[in-house]
Amino acid sequence: MAAPRIIVVGGGLAGLAAVIKIAEAGGSVDLFSIVPVKRSHSVCAQGGINAAKNLKGEGDTTWKHFDDTVFGGDFLANQTPVKAMCEAAPAIIDLLDRMGVTFNRTPEGLLDFRRFGGTLYNRTAFAGATTGQQLLYALDEQVRRHESEGKVRKFEGWEFLSAVVDSKGVARGITALDLRTMELRSFAADAIILATGGIGAIFGKSTNSVVCTGSAQSAIFQQGAFYANGELIQVHPTTIPGEDKLRLMSESARGEGGRVWVPRTPGDQRPIKQIPEAERFYFLEEWYPKYGNLVPRDIATRAIHKVVYEEGLGIDGQPMVYLDLTHIDRATLNRKLEGILDIYQKFVGDDPRDIPMKIFPGMHYTMGGLWVDFGQMTNIPGIFAAGECEYQYHGANRLGANSLLSCIFGGFLAGPNALEYARNLPAAEGDGGHAAEIARQAEINLGLLTNEGTENPFKLWRELGQTMTENATVIRYNKNLRQADEKIVELLERYKKVNLADRSQWANTSFAFARQLKNMLELARVIVQGAILRDESRGAHYKPDFPERNDERFLKTTKASFTGSPEGPRFEYEEVDTQFIPPRPRSYEAAH
Amino acid sequence: MATRTVQFEIRRQASPDAPAVWESFELAWRAGMNVTSALMEIAGNPVTSHGCQTTPVTYDSNCLEEICGSCAMRINGRARMACSALVDNLDQPIRVEPLSKFPLVRDLQVDRSVLFENLKAVKAWVPIDGTYDLGPGPRVFPQEQEVNYPLSNCISCTCCMEACPQFNEATGFVGAATIAQVKLFNSHPTGKVLKEERLRALAGDGGIQECGFAQNCVEVCPKRIPLTNTISSVSRDVLLQKIKDFLGS
Repeated sequence: MAAPRIIVVGGGLAGLAAVIKIAEAGGSVDLFSIVPVKRSHSVCAQGGINAAKNLKGEGDTTWKHFDDTVFGGDFLANQTPVKAMCEAAPAIIDLLDRMGVTFNRTPEGLLDFRRFGGTLYNRTAFAGATTGQQLLYALDEQVRRHESEGKVRKFEGWEFLSAVVDSKGVARGITALDLRTMELRSFAADAIILATGGIGAIFGKSTNSVVCTGSAQSAIFQQGAFYANGELIQVHPTTIPGEDKLRLMSESARGEGGRVWVPRTPGDQRPIKQIPEAERFYFLEEWYPKYGNLVPRDIATRAIHKVVYEEGLGIDGQPMVYLDLTHIDRATLNRKLEGILDIYQKFVGDDPRDIPMKIFPGMHYTMGGLWVDFGQMTNIPGIFAAGECEYQYHGANRLGANSLLSCIFGGFLAGPNALEYARNLPAAEGDGGHAAEIARQAEINLGLLTNEGTENPFKLWRELGQTMTENATVIRYNKNLRQADEKIVELLERYKKVNLADRSQWANTSFAFARQLKNMLELARVIVQGAILRDESRGAHYKPDFPERNDERFLKTTKASFTGSPEGPRFEYEEVDTQFIPPRPRSYEAAH
Repeated sequence: MATRTVQFEIRRQASPDAPAVWESFELAWRAGMNVTSALMEIAGNPVTSHGCQTTPVTYDSNCLEEICGSCAMRINGRARMACSALVDNLDQPIRVEPLSKFPLVRDLQVDRSVLFENLKAVKAWVPIDGTYDLGPGPRVFPQEQEVNYPLSNCISCTCCMEACPQFNEATGFVGAATIAQVKLFNSHPTGKVLKEERLRALAGDGGIQECGFAQNCVEVCPKRIPLTNTISSVSRDVLLQKIKDFLGS
């Protein structure tokens, strides 16, 4: 039997982690990525990566990490995989260290750790405030090494369009588009790993990168894959509002002592430094004395919303609050946070070492994603998923610095599992469905290029983003969600009249974008309808009309499947694995 | 009150063989506007300031916060990242052109894969035994980390190569970014096992001796990497290696 061929789609942390494991085990990999893999969205992660190494003498354990993660996720995550991830974390940090990640160090030359949200322990290893960049580079370098030894072929500048599935429903490869020549091709594989990241673009502006459209996930959802917990969207409390995106201001700013406040007097006109301590409202510290500024993200985000919209205390009446680092000395700030302080200074103009930053919550992360089993395989045999594009590790709210960990852990599992699966796969009958899938994709492409409509895809996208941000983020009402779903249906209808201003067959970005847009619209319905059905409040999903968590009805994983009917997806629910830690009320007013 | 506007002139080229043309755009000014947000706005309404229908501009971008290295282009003549190019800080009309030292793909998009090939040539990685659990890595003191971390911040934007007078087809110079990575990996307790190979890779034609010390690289580097100091230091190491190799042969 020929050596198995594995395709990995996506070159962020999860994808590269999978590639390394496969190459190391003697497999050969074709790695597909829209951008050169070194430019993947993982570079944007800032604050750090969690592992209970207990190097600060605090008595931290992997069990406490596990408990914090499950509790932080409001008990919606299956516990078996989360437990395994937390147990693997210390060795993952050691490996990254051996790969040469420039982690910050203690005077003794050991790894330094800082605090992050949702825990009382210093558990977060970090490389300045550019940890994601440093981790991605370490894996990128190892992949480059395997590439130079002929074990990995890179297809950078190719966009995944669909899976090739044979007559028995088994995956046999992918179709992809060369974004330069616009060539459509299919590629055979015995197993496929999707590591295609987040879906921020569905919300228009978010902290995500341009490529984070969720298009690949949506494509295989429309081919029969379950999409789980789609309604669980993390809105990060501290982002910098911008014209083209919301730039992340890392939780590590608070981990290093940053304080969130507003003037107690609405519209206080005094210069910031002349507002005395007593007239500053440090609302997170007052409301959550134990965790203070380091409550989990969903809680901090809702608190900021409350201060701004219910109490009318936004700075200058605007939807903004202060994130203040000015009490910390410059040398410490530069050593631990320089990367993010530079971002703020470059894009806003003020030096956050002197002037408190102005921040506001913004869409950041999807806890939901492709449904996978504990071995990272979707319900389509042969298609695996790892990283943000799958749903498994974060329940209803992700803790800061757990995403880099779940990406690497998921990739490390998916790689060997895909190889093992591929080794046992019987040969395909006939062409495995390649010709039919190519024909289906060619028809979609032709339709788009010859369409004589009036709609600009970029404008439709803006409308989608606005609808999703207004109705499906921090506070959710069923009435508004239903209106959002109607709006998406309207956009899907208008999409049929999309007219590309560019019909050329060379590096046509409008064409690629129009294809992504269709997939974004389909996935948006999963998010909105899943949110309508979950009549409770849990983690990041908050409905004022249903303010309590309802374990009896909703301690369940949402599973959406595509129907193609106008009503949208079909929903079913699956029991959550809670065998290790019985669910208990989630509160951060005291230690939990 | 007349609406405040922003003027752009963008160099367009439909394909590598097509003629280059300049197109002008006039957009409504908004606070915090940057060059990438302007390009996004043009995509939503691709009409020139003369009222001609055109195509959305092709360009590379991804993170929009100057960490992925995608959106390097020449803006008012200077190689820089388009995301961090704030309109309020630029003279108008804002002239936007592709990088000139790399093969053009379309409009503002160029092919910078040469950098990734260079990184392969100098083995810019730590040769670990494997990814299985082998315990902690070597100790690194904070003083060393503080030297290495800035080098590891290189975003592969290639601005340093674009700005370098020596980076051209005649010299085949590898450019500052690659040299900085040699320094980084040669400083790592495990990475330095490949030190001699890396230095030899920089010893021949197109190697470090092509540097003319114009210092443009350090001026344009968006991450303020100490490129010229690094080149000097690696230059010394390459010379020592040459002498060693000569005496040893």
